[in-house]
Amino acid sequence: MVSALSVTVSLRDRVLEILSAVHDPEIPCISVVDLGIVRAVRDGAVVITPTYTGCPATIAIEASIRAALDRAGLADMKIETTLSPPWTTDWISEKGREELRIYGIAPPPRGAAKQSLREQAAKCPRCGSSSTEELSRFGSTPCKALHRCLSCREPFDLFKCH
Amino acid sequence: MSDKALFEYACRLGDDSLILGQRLSEWCGHAPMLEIDLSLANIGLDLIGQATHFLKLAGDVEGKGRDADALAFRRDVLDFRNCLLVEQPNGDFAQTIARQFLFSNWQELLFRDLTRSRNETIAAIAAKAVKEVAYHTRFADEWMVRLGDGTDESRGRIAAGLDWMWRFVDELFEVDAAIAPLIAAGIGADVRALRTEWDARVAKTLADATLELPKPRRATLGGRAGHHSEHLGHLLSEMQFLQRAYPGATW
Repeated sequence: MVSALSVTVSLRDRVLEILSAVHDPEIPCISVVDLGIVRAVRDGAVVITPTYTGCPATIAIEASIRAALDRAGLADMKIETTLSPPWTTDWISEKGREELRIYGIAPPPRGAAKQSLREQAAKCPRCGSSSTEELSRFGSTPCKALHRCLSCREPFDLFKCH
Repeated sequence: MSDKALFEYACRLGDDSLILGQRLSEWCGHAPMLEIDLSLANIGLDLIGQATHFLKLAGDVEGKGRDADALAFRRDVLDFRNCLLVEQPNGDFAQTIARQFLFSNWQELLFRDLTRSRNETIAAIAAKAVKEVAYHTRFADEWMVRLGDGTDESRGRIAAGLDWMWRFVDELFEVDAAIAPLIAAGIGADVRALRTEWDARVAKTLADATLELPKPRRATLGGRAGHHSEHLGHLLSEMQFLQRAYPGATW
């Protein structure tokens, strides 16, 4: 006989595994789990939180999560959205940070959300140099800023500290 | 404290963000440089995100089945509760920056205060958005300095833009009978208490920009009571056209 607890735990693991294959539509290298969007899995519901208040990907992400759950036979599972506590880049996993870097997006430093906005140079995701400059604080999506490496001269996106 | 007061307050917060977001989106494809185009569109997007949350709250509190879209796209101009500052036309780039400078500095202080609201939803929206608004303030502050301490042309334009927008500042710090009970209940922010810090911030950036504080002038009020300038109706006619012509259309 399986206890209620172990059923819950295994369902949680299963859902997280399913959602690990659901990717952000605008940053396809990273899953919604590693991005820190999935906040909880409890009986009957997945709790998610938006990254940026106005992020247009939020609707697409919810639709992708819905489709993945449905495909896995979990059509009964609801998706709930919560705003609190507010999402921060500190919730991006180590695996997610490395995936961002390989993809060419400089990941935000840890603890960045607590620091002042007026600070440190971004590290180039290609050559690792910290000799970089900001080109535009607002980039191609709400979560990114545009930078340029002064060592290898490549432009790159920085995932904004948030 | 009634649901009616909370509905009113959520509409004011949401309408400020919605109308300024719509104004900024008018710049899309027209800004002087690509980076500015991206910045203004991103700021507009953040504001429309805020509006979505505040207007959803308003609809939930009202309990008549209106969601954020219904409130945004099928309300008439007299029912809008935004301040007059946000509905002012973009004018030239300098006038847009002057408006953003005055507004974002105010909104950042407002949201910082609202993170302590006793209404959980308002507190959650404010906590999420305040980090984003800090970027808006920084963008506007920096452009104030660039334009003010720039060429004779840029300096003249930003001074004129600031002078035009200044008459709408007092409304930001106004408290009326509709909102007073919410402030007493710890749900709404007492904006009067934010004025000193706002004045200091604005004075500092203007000093950096080598610009003078505009001369005091009689305040233009009325937005919170639905008495708008003629500009808002024109803005809404464009923003609401599709949902008015094809109600409930989706794509």
